[in-house]
Amino acid sequence: MAVIEVPAARPLRWYSPQRIATAYWIVGAALVLLPVVASSFVLTQIFAWAMILGTIALSLMFLAGYGNMVSLVQMTVAGVAAYMVAIFGSSAVDTISLGWPWWVAVPLAILVAVAFGTLSGALAVRTEGIYTIMITLAIAAAMFYLVRQNYTLFNGFSGLNQVRAPRFWGIDWRSPVPFYYLSLAVAAVSYFAVVYVSRSPFGLALQGVRDNPRRMAALGFNVTWHRIAAYAFASLVAAVAGVLLVWLNGQVSPGTIAVGPAIDILIIAVVGGISHPIGPFLGALLYVLLRTFALDILVSLGLAGERFQLLIGLGFLVVVFFSSDGLLGLWRRYRERARRDPLTGEVADG
Amino acid sequence: MAETVAARLSAAGTAAALELRGVSRYFGALAALVDISMTVRPGERRAVLGSNGAGKTTLFNCITGDFAPTSGAIRLFGEDVTAFPPYERIRRGLRRTYQISLLFNGLSVIDNVYLACRGVSRGRFSLIRPRRGDALAQSAEDLVAAVHLHEVRDQLVANLAYGQQRQLEIALALAGAPRFILFDEPAAGLSPTERAELIEILTGLPEHIGYMIIEHDMDVALRVATRVTMMHNGRIFKEGAPHEIEEDPEVQALYLGGGGDGGR
Repeated sequence: MAVIEVPAARPLRWYSPQRIATAYWIVGAALVLLPVVASSFVLTQIFAWAMILGTIALSLMFLAGYGNMVSLVQMTVAGVAAYMVAIFGSSAVDTISLGWPWWVAVPLAILVAVAFGTLSGALAVRTEGIYTIMITLAIAAAMFYLVRQNYTLFNGFSGLNQVRAPRFWGIDWRSPVPFYYLSLAVAAVSYFAVVYVSRSPFGLALQGVRDNPRRMAALGFNVTWHRIAAYAFASLVAAVAGVLLVWLNGQVSPGTIAVGPAIDILIIAVVGGISHPIGPFLGALLYVLLRTFALDILVSLGLAGERFQLLIGLGFLVVVFFSSDGLLGLWRRYRERARRDPLTGEVADG
Repeated sequence: MAETVAARLSAAGTAAALELRGVSRYFGALAALVDISMTVRPGERRAVLGSNGAGKTTLFNCITGDFAPTSGAIRLFGEDVTAFPPYERIRRGLRRTYQISLLFNGLSVIDNVYLACRGVSRGRFSLIRPRRGDALAQSAEDLVAAVHLHEVRDQLVANLAYGQQRQLEIALALAGAPRFILFDEPAAGLSPTERAELIEILTGLPEHIGYMIIEHDMDVALRVATRVTMMHNGRIFKEGAPHEIEEDPEVQALYLGGGGDGGR
């Protein structure tokens, strides 16, 4: 019992500005104002790319962090959406592309990708742990070989190029600043959607399935359907990011959905941390920075530039070695140390 | 199921809460349950006694559908549920607690109870967060208070004391509108005070809620049960009123006298 009665705070509604943490305001303002200072290279090849990869990794974080289902098929889901945008929309290969307007091609592409991801999930949900990884990896590899060998629909090895972001509302979405804002909007909406859903009945039940599937069944939940539905939701997130990915690169080819990129998504999510939706975005930014500048760093040190993968691998090892939950875990440990009283060693509240 | 809804409803009104006919369960060559037949009337409180390995928990697992019986039929409120998955049985009013707590360690106490309430109602797949004052959220709050866990409402279950986890285990089984509950050794490991609270919760349940309880502590079992079934080596050994079982010389020889893990 408290001796001094603290007056009850006024109930905050979801739209009350006080409810939004200061960190959100700072990060949000910095991202919105970024085009004022940053070059178009930084906007598209660093930030837009990081936000697209981060969104795809977010879909994996949703499955792995809340559902304990490590799916390696998320990049393939994004790739299917990318291919469908090129097939339903327009590309340089006009024998394949149907040339439909973007507002038909994009929703249809997302629909196909969600169906693909949900079916993959339906195959994977009866397995656990390492077997889920294996079966989703098998699906990703099978899809890679299908698109590489099929020329009638996927144009085989060379894929589909000259896929452009559309022009609407008087804005050319392929130019750097609008595309940056488009990626930011998609990343932000996906992030807040995952945060919101994690506290909804569906999201809570998914965490229940993660902690104890047997008890969930004994509470009246159909565990299998819950897991499949989680794949459907994650596929939607990955598919939207896949549409942006094909617009950013201007093309999609088997290399986009090869086993390498599929594993990169896992690395991004694990390095960032899968305990909170912000983790995948941190991981993606680190990954993109390393991918972009590792070569220059190596060359400046007098080493062979083609060893940039080594530097990425080392960065991955360092983060995983020092923290069980990626960059998020490092941050949490730093915060705890800062809050600890140097004399008593007790952790202060707040 | 060819039965009509009306037939099911009238059957549910008059039929036994639980009816087992010739239920057997083999694990390879091991006979865990052999030809168990029993009828539990609605609202009846049945204690299941027996030494370790008598098949009590296996019996519970067959009733909830955690695994299917090798042979035999299980009827719940007149409906044959033998082929039903666990969640279908739970949605028909069956509940269960586990001998070793099966809780959601990564979630708070209130979220655990909320999930239990949500599991037996609509909107399990809802993407909309519950509003403040939502009926289901309120019933979760009431349940948390009923098992005296309101002070640890927001704590992660992994951080709870053992006794509190046992209380939460019971709260999960009371969610929604239970009609028949299976308690698997709810008193195991509890302090005398916590035992008294448990007995209070069990005897205080509304009369229409029947239950079956596995309990080693005869003191608890005989106080909360109106009828007792003794099991031995996967079979029903004796069935009767508590005092009959207590005074039965065969039972005393087998369990009360010779048992090392019995109550007093």
